[in-house]
Amino acid sequence: MATAAAHRTARTKADGAPDTAVDTAAYQHAFDTAVAADERIEPRDWMPDAYRATLVRQIAQHAHSEIIGMQPEANWITRAPSLRRKAILMAKVQDEAGHGLYLYSAAETLGTGRDELLDKLHSGRQKYSSIFNYPTLTWADVGAIGWLVDGAAITNQVPLCRCSYGPYARAMVRICKEESFHQRQGYELLLALSNGTPEQHAMAQDAVNRWWWPSLMMFGPPDDESQHSAQSMEWKIKRHSNDELRQRFVDICVPQAESLGLTLPDPDLQWNEEQGHHDFGAIDWTEFWEVLKGNGPCNEQRITQRRRAHDEGAWVREAAAAYAAKHTGTTGGTGETRA
Amino acid sequence: MTATAPATAALALGDDALVLSHRLGEWAGHAPVLEEEVALANIALDLLGQARVLLSMAGDEDELAYLREERAFRNLQLVEQPNGDFAHTIARQLYFSTYQQLLYTELAAGDGPFAPLAAKAVKEVAYHRDHAEQWTLRLGDGTELSQERMQQACDALWRFTGEMFQPVEGLDADWADMETRWLESMTDVLGRATLTVPEGPRSGAWSAGAGRQGLHTEPFGRMLAEMQHLHRSHPGASW
Repeated sequence: MATAAAHRTARTKADGAPDTAVDTAAYQHAFDTAVAADERIEPRDWMPDAYRATLVRQIAQHAHSEIIGMQPEANWITRAPSLRRKAILMAKVQDEAGHGLYLYSAAETLGTGRDELLDKLHSGRQKYSSIFNYPTLTWADVGAIGWLVDGAAITNQVPLCRCSYGPYARAMVRICKEESFHQRQGYELLLALSNGTPEQHAMAQDAVNRWWWPSLMMFGPPDDESQHSAQSMEWKIKRHSNDELRQRFVDICVPQAESLGLTLPDPDLQWNEEQGHHDFGAIDWTEFWEVLKGNGPCNEQRITQRRRAHDEGAWVREAAAAYAAKHTGTTGGTGETRA
Repeated sequence: MTATAPATAALALGDDALVLSHRLGEWAGHAPVLEEEVALANIALDLLGQARVLLSMAGDEDELAYLREERAFRNLQLVEQPNGDFAHTIARQLYFSTYQQLLYTELAAGDGPFAPLAAKAVKEVAYHRDHAEQWTLRLGDGTELSQERMQQACDALWRFTGEMFQPVEGLDADWADMETRWLESMTDVLGRATLTVPEGPRSGAWSAGAGRQGLHTEPFGRMLAEMQHLHRSHPGASW
């Protein structure tokens, strides 16, 4: 393909920053045509600085969400009510750590290492998904997270498998497969509760009541207030608008809630024949912005636990680095040493 | 062989795996590095898988896990010890996985009721032991601080290691030989890790026995309270 050829030529020439304005224009043109032709941008390809920065920001936020997202669910590992559920939950939390690893690696292909990103998370300079600032108060919350939060995440993430940046798109393919398992286990967990004793049913309904609206907020602010959307769509990092994805999610959830025998907590929710979609009630964006600002129920707790784990583990990472230095003559890794 | 001997043995081995898996599960979200979140969860999952097979040989896995009282559990006191710092967790892993590898290798070679489970588990356990050994080397031969912490951990857990080699009814193994080989292995690994093999006694002074007889340490009751609370709060419910 001509565009690919142009882009590859630019790449082989540009094993560093282009040195003239003419080069830059040529690279930019090759990049634009590659993106327009739905080709993948790879780590060694030239790319605009803003594209790189946007990707690092987005991938980092996604990676941080995976590792912070372990906390509300890990909260129930030690209390899981059957050994089967315990095994499923442990495997799910482990998957999230694995997703964190792939994503930090994807960010690393853009020249930003895990240590730097963790430092930004710990110091509050980078964010993670606000949904994890809500508490898991009962066992049913594990199910609600799987069904709704992972369901919303999948709706957001499936289009990312076609994202223009190759390493991110490929990481997302694997992540989406696992997320789909997570979503199903959440649904199945809620189904067991909904069909269980009256207390279990009430527990499931209560969890859905608390997680429904925050899950809708996961798609981000309405399109007309979304800061980064337009440029990201143009770069094909993002493929659908926040409101489109939110609507898709609502349409998927309504029949699922019916099958579960649970009610979604929105009196305005109803099928709109003309639109071919469900209408739903107004989202409380004040709550969204407040949680984002740090005033959610668990913001402080989540980041404190994360920092504590990191700080308390420093001596372990230092030991691994010291051992590697003694035995291989290198400094042997930073925060990323594997035994 | 009587019908109860395999059940007794299944409980002993199953409870070891169940309890250690639970302890490792407590690390989720707290590990020192992301790779260890994955590794510790992986080991916990292997052990939980073993526990489910073993407990099912003795009865209903959930009834056994969630409805027994503390005194009815047959696990070693070693595996119920709180996680402590990462060094304590690694020392516990080193001691236990080396024992488990020796025992399962013997059981896998025999033709008893545990041979099929042991044949599968021994592959998992080889990884668990390697993981523990690699970290023992890094912490022992890492920094001054890590060496001090690893030595303290090895010393603190040493007194729980003698119990591992008390014969378990229904398990056909050469316990004295296993103990000799376990001690040789510890001497080798700790030596390479620039650590000293602890010198204290390897069992408690309590003549009534220990975990295999249903006598546990204080933290275990609290662990069970947490583990069993939800299941017990909804008698007869399905999950």
